[in-house]
Amino acid sequence: MTESDILAKVKARFGARVLAEYSFRGQSAVTVAPETLREILVFLRDDAETAFDWLMDVGGVDYLGYPDDDDREWRFEVAYQLYSMKLNHRFRVKVGVPDDSVEVPSVWDLWAIANWEEREVYDMYGIRFAGHPNLRRILCHDEFVGHALRKDYPINKRQKLSQPSEIILCEKVEWA
Amino acid sequence: MNDGTHVQPIPTELLTINMGPAHPATHGTLRLQLQLDGETIVNCGAEIGYLHRGYEKQCENTFYQLVIPYAERLNYMGPVNNSNAWCHACEQLLGIDVPARAQALRVITSEMGRIIDHAVCMGTNLVDLGALTNFWYMYNYREKIYDLYEELTGARMMVNYPRIGGVSMDAPDGWFESLLKVVDEMAEAVGEVRALIQRNRIFMDRTVGVGVITKELAVSHSVTGPCLRAAGIPYDVRKTQPYWGYENYQFDVPTAENGDTYDRFMVRFAEMEQSVRIIKQAVAKIAPGPIMVEDHLVALPPKDKVYNTMEGLINHFKLIMHGIRPPKGEIYSATEGGCGELGFYIVSDGSPSAWRVRIRPPCFANYSLFPKIITGGMVADAVAALGSINVIAGELDR
Repeated sequence: MTESDILAKVKARFGARVLAEYSFRGQSAVTVAPETLREILVFLRDDAETAFDWLMDVGGVDYLGYPDDDDREWRFEVAYQLYSMKLNHRFRVKVGVPDDSVEVPSVWDLWAIANWEEREVYDMYGIRFAGHPNLRRILCHDEFVGHALRKDYPINKRQKLSQPSEIILCEKVEWA
Repeated sequence: MNDGTHVQPIPTELLTINMGPAHPATHGTLRLQLQLDGETIVNCGAEIGYLHRGYEKQCENTFYQLVIPYAERLNYMGPVNNSNAWCHACEQLLGIDVPARAQALRVITSEMGRIIDHAVCMGTNLVDLGALTNFWYMYNYREKIYDLYEELTGARMMVNYPRIGGVSMDAPDGWFESLLKVVDEMAEAVGEVRALIQRNRIFMDRTVGVGVITKELAVSHSVTGPCLRAAGIPYDVRKTQPYWGYENYQFDVPTAENGDTYDRFMVRFAEMEQSVRIIKQAVAKIAPGPIMVEDHLVALPPKDKVYNTMEGLINHFKLIMHGIRPPKGEIYSATEGGCGELGFYIVSDGSPSAWRVRIRPPCFANYSLFPKIITGGMVADAVAALGSINVIAGELDR
């Protein structure tokens, strides 16, 4: 299926719960609310026509100050890049997050890679993932204050960090 | 009372040790915390981020064309693959096609990058296992490939070769001939190293069944590249979603079955041979022609126009000072890097610098399962498995 066919299929299934749709240079994406996220990802994974068995990437975007963008009702987006090994096609599902008080459901039980990817989104944007077993910073230091990839974090800001992080072991290795 | 027929159990406790971030066998700044029962790992935690340089933030604050040299600092073992991939992503965003000769030059430089990436990975991994000889074989030919890069671009490692819309320089006279000579020698060296280790009893004892990545684990962790192909899944972006005319070249995607350290070695050997095959075909097919697109909004004008015409000078000035402006939009572009699928997710706001650049580094996914595959094994096995996954801290931490 082309990405626009997948888009049409998602729209037919989810109707008004698709908050925004998007097509550009042959690639398509939909934006949904956090409460729809798991349902749409499971649907795309299990449907025989889409069969998205791979979660290639999870990345946050901060739209604070994005030009000509008054009708966007959320500040952050988290983009899930899906790939189907069986059918060799891609699709992108995005979840709109108004601010960091809204939690996004974690998908680490569907794809284990989401464990680390969600930790990175949390580290860089402060978006919290409900149900994540080990939501700690991953790239920045534990003492780091703020979230580096937010648009209101100045690029030249420096922080003094002194203590090494002590224990990094988890109770279970699956959570690491 | 102990009458000597029973041995009293000795009270033991688990020992927690740090491995890294500055450990010679971690090849970069990786930190592992291991909980040991004797020499067996019972629990493991991995910490990354020691080489975090705020790469993505930097990309948001600089022009598209100025990211090219940064991109080479991602996987610095095969630098050109990353800058080629970045230019490819920008071209997808702009909706332009690169001339055929530039595409072929990108294929050639990328395959050279893949060869040296694999050469370093295997050379150093074998040193960790105690086999020093192979290291010199591999590094010897890596140097020769660096010489070729130097002839082509003027730099050895970080070559800053491609440009958005093409490549910066055409091959000098006689360069293709020396390239063919070097890749032939390289193929011979690969054969010699393989002969040294393929049926080597010591090597097999250290690697067979060590650090096994099963198919299920690989899918769940989105492992790509040689690690995935060693687990038996023939996924290669060059085959599934070809770019730069990869569909015109004959090559195989080598796979193995068990997904252990030994298989990852053998897959890398086979991939180097396939890269040599691609380079030979590309050199045979390459035709004269332009190496940059003819689009004054993207490509810098030729130097004689800059120096001798007003229009050329203004064009040059505008591109340097005001940058390339793609339309508003977003794109996810994937290419096959040395360690697997290298993806760039770019959100553009219509300005000359990207609103958001998200990099999907293959190492991030490949390393995320590392605690799982070494738990239950020995410490020395962890060293063997780590080298064979080929974790490059530059792209892991960005």
